[in-house]
Amino acid sequence: MTAAASPKESATVSANANATANATANANPTANAGVSVRPTRFKLGAVALFAAVMALSAWILLQVHGSGPRAQDMPILWLALAGWAVLVALTLNRLALLQQPKPLRLLAPGLLGSALLFIWEVGVVGWDVPRVLLPAPHAVAQALVTRWDVLWPDFKQTAIAVLAGYAIGCGAGLAAALLCDRVDFLKRGLLPLAGLAGAVPIVGIAPIMVMWFGFDWHSKAAVAAVVTFFPMLVNTLAGLAATDAMHRDLMRTYAASHNATLAKLRLPGALPFIFNALKINSTLALISAIVAEFFGSPIYGLGFRISAEVARMNVDVVWAAIAMSALAGSLFYGLIALMERGLTFWHPSYRQ
Amino acid sequence: MTEVALPAPTRQPVAPASGRWLPVLVVVICILLLWYAGAVGLNAPQVTERLNNLGSPWGWQDLVSAAWAMERPVLPAPHQVALDFYSSLVDNDIDSPRNLLFHAGVTLSATLLGFGLGLLLGVLLAVGVVHSRVLDRGLLPWIIASQTIPILAIAPMAVVVLGSLGYPPLVSKAVISMYLCFFPIVIGMVKGLRSPEVLQMDLMRTYSASRPQLLWLLRLPAAVPFLFASAKVAIATSLVGAIVGELPTGAQAGLGARLLQGSYFGQTVQIWSALVMASLLGVALVGLVSLAERATARLMGTQP
Repeated sequence: MTAAASPKESATVSANANATANATANANPTANAGVSVRPTRFKLGAVALFAAVMALSAWILLQVHGSGPRAQDMPILWLALAGWAVLVALTLNRLALLQQPKPLRLLAPGLLGSALLFIWEVGVVGWDVPRVLLPAPHAVAQALVTRWDVLWPDFKQTAIAVLAGYAIGCGAGLAAALLCDRVDFLKRGLLPLAGLAGAVPIVGIAPIMVMWFGFDWHSKAAVAAVVTFFPMLVNTLAGLAATDAMHRDLMRTYAASHNATLAKLRLPGALPFIFNALKINSTLALISAIVAEFFGSPIYGLGFRISAEVARMNVDVVWAAIAMSALAGSLFYGLIALMERGLTFWHPSYRQ
Repeated sequence: MTEVALPAPTRQPVAPASGRWLPVLVVVICILLLWYAGAVGLNAPQVTERLNNLGSPWGWQDLVSAAWAMERPVLPAPHQVALDFYSSLVDNDIDSPRNLLFHAGVTLSATLLGFGLGLLLGVLLAVGVVHSRVLDRGLLPWIIASQTIPILAIAPMAVVVLGSLGYPPLVSKAVISMYLCFFPIVIGMVKGLRSPEVLQMDLMRTYSASRPQLLWLLRLPAAVPFLFASAKVAIATSLVGAIVGELPTGAQAGLGARLLQGSYFGQTVQIWSALVMASLLGVALVGLVSLAERATARLMGTQP
């Protein structure tokens, strides 16, 4: 990064531990430099705009839901939507400037997300899109509530498979990396192959695993374990190599053994990389379990629900299942990110 | 769906050639030996049952040779897979559904179309994010958050919806691929477009360069290494997207369809050779991107 960028950024980039954190932290430092705003008046304006957007949105929603399928004939709706779009753009522009205190940063993405949901709802309801093509958000929410008795066991089934496979795959990847670290020959033999595995569609082993381990969650866990193994191996090895020569020399002056150096210096030093793999793998495990369920599963599981209800054209249930897996994926990821924050608090990307 | 986080485009120190290939060769041979042993172990129950039914006495040699030659083994031996792979390529016409190259071609077209669309969308979004504060603050968090979502769950949905709108399967598969592969491209390109140093930006400003000139002459060239690093990840995920896109439709052609048919009819050898084909395709695609990267680097003069 640049000389003028904060040390936080340059350190993150050089460590290259966490692309996600980078992308958020990399916000162009020059972007805000020229903007000076008087805080109170600025905030009042933003609040007023926000209130206007909310009021207009509520009015449009009422119109659309009240008049039913004839909404597309109402010219006033077009007008209102155009005005709404301008208002949202203005508000977003204002909100994007709000960066301090930190929670305010959530406002702009929050508004943009809600705006997209709003357009989805108004578009589907007002323009009478067939339910089979795209259900409105309220229909999805409804399906989520009314079919909860089906979706919850589905979720549990998939979650067990994901967690088991994730634990096995990440554990095995970590163990293999430690072994490779000890045996250099193995490392030089395995690392190119592990790199190659990144180019290979590993989820394809799903039908084989279903044959070997049966329809129940074991086969899904096996797929998730294989898929999560390689990112963990590669990242941990990169992390173990990431400590400074200075630090290692210091340990040598203490006459620290290989194991002591590993436990006290190199493994903690590798934690950002390990957490990077854990985060990548959280999504990978969920995806691979869901895909494996397409190949055969008992009569529950999120992947099974999705493929079965697509065939029956119950699209709202499908979207509800997708929403559930999305939520579960984000929560899983968030949990690991929190753990990372707690365990790698010393890393430059988290220091103030 | 491989690594979502992108490695920075760095070069690793190169070991002497003999020291590089020997360990890999040894590990590959070990894997093959384990595979053969596993084929005996996993197929043994079925094989012993069959040998017992024959009535005549049998020794361990019979067990091993029978285990490596089963028609529907639990785990086929490597040479069985290699033979099936080879015969499907040689014994059939290129447009026959028994030829793996035919299926690979179907999947490849969806992969490339999806990759192209994803590349376009990703670069456009990244340029937008770098130039617009609203997109940067409002959209980028969503793009990052969407990495945590099992986006592949949407695949059956996309196939059915686009299919009922009258699009050919190629398009719906390509849309799934695009969906999967534009994330790494956006993230990598945003990083790359912001990688020019303040000094360089200031120099451009002293030339009174306009914003398009700044983009075209400084930011884009600076982003090229990042673009290729993301493109390698993206093209692999694009292949996964195309394969998974073939699963829910009951498609007749494509590597995913081949996998699904194999799993329906218990044709394990067929599944394995389809997997080999998919892996070769993935490695070849990533290799092509690497070649393009090297050629571009030479054209731009960034490498001796």
